[in-house]
Amino acid sequence: MGEVILKLEDITKTFPGVLALDQCQFELRSGEVHALVGENGAGKSTMMKVLAGVYKKDAGRILYKGREVEIPNPRAAQLLGISMIHQELNLMPHLTVAQNIFIGREPRSRSRLFLDEKEINQKAEELFSQMHLRLEPRTKVADLTVAKQQMVEIAKALSFDASVLIMDEPTAALTDTEIEELFRIIRQLREKGVGVVHISHRLEELKQISNRITVMRDGHYINTVSTQEATIDQIISMMVGRTIYEATPEIPEKPSQEVVLEVKNLNRGKTIKDVNFELMKGEILGFAGLVGAGRTEVARAVFGADHIDSGEIYVEGKRVHIRRPQDAVRHGIAYLSEDRKRYGLTLSMDVESNLVLAAFKKFTSYLGWVNSSKTNTTAKKYTSMLAIKTPNLQQKVKFLSGGNQQKVVIGKWLTADTNILIFDEPTRGIDVGAKSEIYHLLNSLAQQGKGIIMISSELPEILRMSHRVVVMCEGQITGVLSAAEATQESIMKLATLRSGIVRSDGSNDSNGSKPNQTENEAA
Amino acid sequence: MDAEVATPVTREKKNLLRSDAAQKVGAFAALIILFAFFYFSSPYFRTFDNYVGILLATSVNGILALGVTFVIITAGIDLSVGTVMTFSAVMTAILITNWRLPVPIGILGGILAGGTAGIINGTVISRMKIPPFIATLGMFYATKGLSLVFSDLAPIYFNDTPIFRRIAMDSVLGSIIPGLAVPNAVLIFFGAAIIAALILNKTVLGRYTFAMGSNEEATRLSGVNVAFWKSIVYMLCGLFAGLGGVLMAARLNSAQPALGAGYELDAIAAVVIGGTSLSGGEGSILGTIIGAFIMSVLINGLRINSVPQEIQLVITGVIVVLAVYLDILRRRR
Repeated sequence: MGEVILKLEDITKTFPGVLALDQCQFELRSGEVHALVGENGAGKSTMMKVLAGVYKKDAGRILYKGREVEIPNPRAAQLLGISMIHQELNLMPHLTVAQNIFIGREPRSRSRLFLDEKEINQKAEELFSQMHLRLEPRTKVADLTVAKQQMVEIAKALSFDASVLIMDEPTAALTDTEIEELFRIIRQLREKGVGVVHISHRLEELKQISNRITVMRDGHYINTVSTQEATIDQIISMMVGRTIYEATPEIPEKPSQEVVLEVKNLNRGKTIKDVNFELMKGEILGFAGLVGAGRTEVARAVFGADHIDSGEIYVEGKRVHIRRPQDAVRHGIAYLSEDRKRYGLTLSMDVESNLVLAAFKKFTSYLGWVNSSKTNTTAKKYTSMLAIKTPNLQQKVKFLSGGNQQKVVIGKWLTADTNILIFDEPTRGIDVGAKSEIYHLLNSLAQQGKGIIMISSELPEILRMSHRVVVMCEGQITGVLSAAEATQESIMKLATLRSGIVRSDGSNDSNGSKPNQTENEAA
Repeated sequence: MDAEVATPVTREKKNLLRSDAAQKVGAFAALIILFAFFYFSSPYFRTFDNYVGILLATSVNGILALGVTFVIITAGIDLSVGTVMTFSAVMTAILITNWRLPVPIGILGGILAGGTAGIINGTVISRMKIPPFIATLGMFYATKGLSLVFSDLAPIYFNDTPIFRRIAMDSVLGSIIPGLAVPNAVLIFFGAAIIAALILNKTVLGRYTFAMGSNEEATRLSGVNVAFWKSIVYMLCGLFAGLGGVLMAARLNSAQPALGAGYELDAIAAVVIGGTSLSGGEGSILGTIIGAFIMSVLINGLRINSVPQEIQLVITGVIVVLAVYLDILRRRR
C-alpha cells in the first residue's frame, strides 16, 4: 500500500427529510482495495456519489492527492482521475460497446469535425485485450447479457486511467467465474497503484480481495479495520450494531409429496431445451447454474412472459395453457424478476399502490371504485408482516432501499394469493441483514405450503435454502440434487457439464469437470 | 493463452429481421409499392412535372422532418416547427421587403430566427426542466402569434426582389443537364439531408443525440453536459425549421403569416413512418427522407386519382398508424 491519495472529512449530506451522511470520513491509499460495507441505507453509495460528483456535499472536505478539491459534477471527478461504476447499469443500450466506453471523450478526425469511429473501436479493442476480455467493440450493448454489460462498465471506468476507482456492488450480477475475472483485474490495478473502493454485500468476497474495510451504519462512519485482523462476525456486528452470529444453514423441513407445478418437455429456441421438473407443495426448489444457463428463460417461459415452442405445464395436476403473464397469475404463479426496478415495481407509485397492484380486483367494487380503507389495511398488514421499512405507506417506492423494494414485490404477490412463487435472484443487491430476513420469509412461505422456485447465482444461498437443487447448463437441466447431495462442487460440476460454453479465458475444450475459476489462476 | 483471449466473440449476432437495415428496406419497399401503384393507376402521375411537384412538396416537409428526427431520437418532441417555419418566413420578408436589406441577409436572418426559437425551446426544456411537449407547445403559440403581429396580419410579398423566388424555384440542375429542370429547393433539401446525416452519424452532436435518447442519466454520469447538448439539438431543429421557412417563402413568393400550424404534425409523421422511435435512442435520416416521400407520394397520388381531400386525410391517418404498427411487429420478434 502506498501513501494516502484520498481523504474525506466530515462529509455531510441531506436529502429532503433525510440525513443521509452525518460527518462521515473515509481514507484511501494508492494500491489498496478498500471495502466499504454497511446495510442498505447506511450511506455507502451516497458518500461515493459525492466523491464522483453525482451529489453535492452539504459540508465537509475532500482532500485528493494532498489538495482540497471541489467535485461539482461527474466530469470534474473524471478529470481528477476518479471513476465510479454505479450500482445500476449505466449504459446506453442503443450504442455500441466502444461508443459507450468513450462517450464524452470521443476521438475525432484530424479536422476535429467528425468522430473517428475506427479509432474508437481500436482503442476499445486494446482496452479489452489488456483486460483479457472477449468483447466485440461494435456490438450494441442491448444485445449483451447483463454480465457482459457489467464488464463494459468496468472497462469504461478503467479507460479513464483512474487513480481512484469506485465500484458499487460490481459483483452482484456476476457468476463466480466472472467475479474471479474481475478480481484478477482489480489485483492488476492494485499493482499499478490504483486505489480501489469496493462496495459489496458479499463479505466472503471482501475477505479475498480487500486490504481494509470501512463500516458505515445509518449515515454514520463506524470504523475502519484491517481485513486480515477482522473476522466476518466482527464486521457484521459493526454493520448491524449488535452481535449476531453467522447464520447456520437451517435444515429445511421435508416438503410434502404433493406436486403443485409440473413442467414437461419445455422448449424455446436455443435457450430452453427439453426442460422437465416438478415442484412440490412447501418446497424451495433451487435453480443453480452459470449466468446464461437458461434459468431466467425457463422462469419467464413458465410465467408466460416469453412464448414457448413446445411444452406442457401442469398446476396441481391440471394441464394449463399459459400464454401471457395474466394466465400465470390466474393460475397462482408469480414471478419476481431479478430486475426489480424494471419488471417488479412501479417506482413512481407509493408503497400501498404497489402492494395491491397485482390483486386490484379484490379491492374494487363492481362499479370500479377502489375500496381505499381495504387497500390501506392490507398494505399495513404486509408492511408489518414483511417488516418493510418505510416512513409511511404513501412513500414512493423509488425512495426505498433495495431490500425493502424486494419486500414490496414479495408483498405484492402475497396479496395476490399466489401459490407458486418464482424468485429470480431474490437477494441481489441486498445487504446481509435484509438478506437473512428474506431467507426467513422464503422459509415461512414454504412452511405455509407455497411452492417456491429460487433462481440464484450464489451457491451458499442455494445450498442454504433449497430442498432440492436443479442445475442448468446451456438451456438444459443437467441434474437434480437433493439437499444432501448438493455441495458447491457437485453443483459446479453439473453447471459446467456441457462443453461449448465460451470461457472468459478462451478455452473451449475440456468437458468441464472442474469449476472453471481455477483456470484463470493456472494462467 | 493470451493470444486466444483477444479473439473477438461474435456470438451476439443480431437477428437480421430486427436490424435497422431491415426497417429501412421495409419502409423503402413500401415507398416503391406505393409509387408503382400510382404509376399504373394514372397517366397523370407518371409525368415529369408531377414528379417535380412531389419533390417540391417533399422538400419543405422533409427539411422540417430532418430537424425533428434529431429531437425525437433524444426522446423529445417539437410541436413548434410548423409555426417557427412561418415565423422565419415572416422575418425574412420583413428584412428583405420592409427593411430592404440584401437578400442573403434576409435568408440568414430567417434561418437564425428559427435557430433562436430552437435554442429557447432547448433552454426551457433542459434548464427549466419543462417537458418538451409543453415547452414546444408554448413556442407553437408564441411564434404563431408573433408571425401575425410582425406581419400586421397580412401576407408580405417579395415582388421587388424576384431573385429571392428564383433561388428556390430556378433550376441550376436544369441549366447543367437540360431536361432535368428540378427546382433548387429540391437540391437544397437533399443538401440539408446530407448535412443532417453527417451530423447525426459522424459528429459528437449526433452521438450524444443517440446517447441522450438511449439513457439520459447514463449520459450525464458519463460526464456529458446533457443540458448543453440538448439545447443544441433543439437549436438545430429550429435552424432546419428556419431553412424550411425561407424555402416556403421563396416558393410562395410571399410570407403567409396564417400558414404553418399542422406542418409540425406532418413532419412528426414523416419521422415516425421512417422508423425513428418516439421512445428515443434510434432513428435515421434516410428513414425520415423515405417517410417524407411516402407521405407526399401518397397525397399526390390520391389527389391525382381524384380522391377527395377529406378522404386523403383519413388514409394518411391510417398509414401513419399502420407504419408504426409494422415497426412494432418487427421489434417484437
